[in-house]
Amino acid sequence: MNSIPAGRIIRFALLSLGALMILAPYIFMISTAGKTQSDIFTSSLSLIPQRFYFAENFAKAFAKVPMATLLWNGVVVCGLIFFFQVVVAIPCAYAMAKLKFRAAQLMMVLVMLGLLVPIHATALPLYVAFDRMSLLNSYTSLVAPFTISVFAIFMFLQFFRAMPDDLLHAARLDGMSELGIVARVIVPNAWPAVTAFAIFSVVAHWNDLYWPLIVVSKQAYATPPLGLMYFRAAEAGDDYGALMAATLIITLPLVAAFLLAQKRFVEGITMTGLKG
Amino acid sequence: MSALSLRGLKKSFGGNAILNGVSLDVEAGEFIALVGPSGCGKSTLLRILAGLDHADSGEIFVSGRDMSPVAAADRNIAMVFQSYALYPHLTAGQNIAVPLAMKRLSRSQRLPLVGSLLPGQKEIRTGIAHDVREMAGLLKIDHLLDRKPGQMSGGQRQRVALARAMVRHPSIFLMDEPLSNLDANLRVHARGEIVELHRRAGVPTLYVTHDQAEALSMADRVAVMIGGNLLQLAAPDVIYNDPAHIEVARFVGQPRINIIPALAENGRVGFEGIRPALLEKVANGPVSLGIRPEFVKLSPSGRSGLAGRIERLEFLGSEVIAHCRLDASGDSVVAKLAPQEARDLIAGMKVGVVLAPEQAMVFGPEGKRLRIAAGARQEPAYV
Repeated sequence: MNSIPAGRIIRFALLSLGALMILAPYIFMISTAGKTQSDIFTSSLSLIPQRFYFAENFAKAFAKVPMATLLWNGVVVCGLIFFFQVVVAIPCAYAMAKLKFRAAQLMMVLVMLGLLVPIHATALPLYVAFDRMSLLNSYTSLVAPFTISVFAIFMFLQFFRAMPDDLLHAARLDGMSELGIVARVIVPNAWPAVTAFAIFSVVAHWNDLYWPLIVVSKQAYATPPLGLMYFRAAEAGDDYGALMAATLIITLPLVAAFLLAQKRFVEGITMTGLKG
Repeated sequence: MSALSLRGLKKSFGGNAILNGVSLDVEAGEFIALVGPSGCGKSTLLRILAGLDHADSGEIFVSGRDMSPVAAADRNIAMVFQSYALYPHLTAGQNIAVPLAMKRLSRSQRLPLVGSLLPGQKEIRTGIAHDVREMAGLLKIDHLLDRKPGQMSGGQRQRVALARAMVRHPSIFLMDEPLSNLDANLRVHARGEIVELHRRAGVPTLYVTHDQAEALSMADRVAVMIGGNLLQLAAPDVIYNDPAHIEVARFVGQPRINIIPALAENGRVGFEGIRPALLEKVANGPVSLGIRPEFVKLSPSGRSGLAGRIERLEFLGSEVIAHCRLDASGDSVVAKLAPQEARDLIAGMKVGVVLAPEQAMVFGPEGKRLRIAAGARQEPAYV
């Protein structure tokens, strides 16, 4: 058998260590989800629960937290945000990347500025506005502020710039309108960029606590992280086993989705040009 | 009435003039090659014709109809692109069907799902499928119709691109270096095929290329464009044998024409033994003498011609290219010789360089061709 070079062993060890450090909290969360109350509060730190308490903790989580509502809200909010972001960003990025118009320069500056301003800076005025419109505690208030994503515009812009101009010329000669070009040529070839953006968007908004915390005060519209917070504050108190079980349930959809579509996601991120 | 007329087309980008007033007529059924070095404005001209770009001034007429208010899609001008520009997500068959679908189906009939329920669209789609198959048969790509561009070779993609352009029976055909992405063997083969297709379809064609051999071998007439100016539009043999401008002479022909500086004095050009009389009045001063390499002979004995030295010999099979330098003036002269003429030559040897005075062409200081007295120049044997 060939001996493995030392450099490779060191590299592998370093990478494994890094992976372990990143994964450790998650693993500890899984472990805690299976422990009894007394087990959690013992002074000794062990990964393997003394008594497997998974079933009881999950049962408690499902009983005390409206899990289905939380997950459904998460799906609706993330889905709507992603849908509107793509619908707005693709035509916008197409126009900025491929059409010549006088405001193009100005728009580029605005996009750059938009990238620099975080939601936290505009949170208060937005809150006041939604309050005046009586839109607090609604899907609208959860979705609307994120429908125009400058990040998406910026990302699609880079991707569209790499698309050959001849393709658009051919489409125009074939009789397509600009909207037709977006629908029939740009979108079908933009899937790699759209999947890549989907990860960023869905992960960010599924895990977002800040904005839901501001505009939602009713359980019915709570997104998963917000729902968990209510659960911790009101119901569970110090029942960390059940809390971790609930957390596990909430993070599971993202983990599962990533594992299932891993290949496509990596493709999407690495693939910037079109294969001819 | 010409099939296509361009009148004084001008275009500049940010102060750089790309087209300096180009005028051109393409007659019905004609194949015109637009040739010139990269950056001479030929692709810009093609884009303006297709309606993808706008000229700063000038007019375009197709069969006498002014095209300036007409959108690209309605000009009925088809174009084949250098990169083929096939839609990567559609199969070859779908690619070819796109222009027909855009033309024959209404906006609502083109919608996915809903469109397929509307009345009347089924017959149209059957018609489109029929036309696509017919065109595929003509170009021998029937077996490729279900493949996507990514699964085809360069030559196959080029045929699909041709089919997509031809399928809607355009009134003008534009081709933008359609062969330059093919390998050398395939390119020569594809030249013949395009000429053949053109003869069968009879659609007036404007073919852009930077390859002078491609232009001369394919076209009925060749338009040489250099630096945004159309310098000459003529049949291939006229372009080669009777260039109107020094740049045309330089651009056409391989190896390049020999250009030797000379002086005009009292209506005659003087260079060593060559003293042709000029028919046009030219002020005394520098002019250029052009002689094609096939009219330069080398005398190994050095007894006749101008004293010179062979710097380099290139053996090309059917011919030998000899690069020489003249002792007296230091000018470099290239000779194209038959292998048997070159048998005794070796690089570095002294030779006599014999320039055929009757084949010399004279160009003025601005590059314009100057006519010389009859008798001084004969029509060359066909090469």
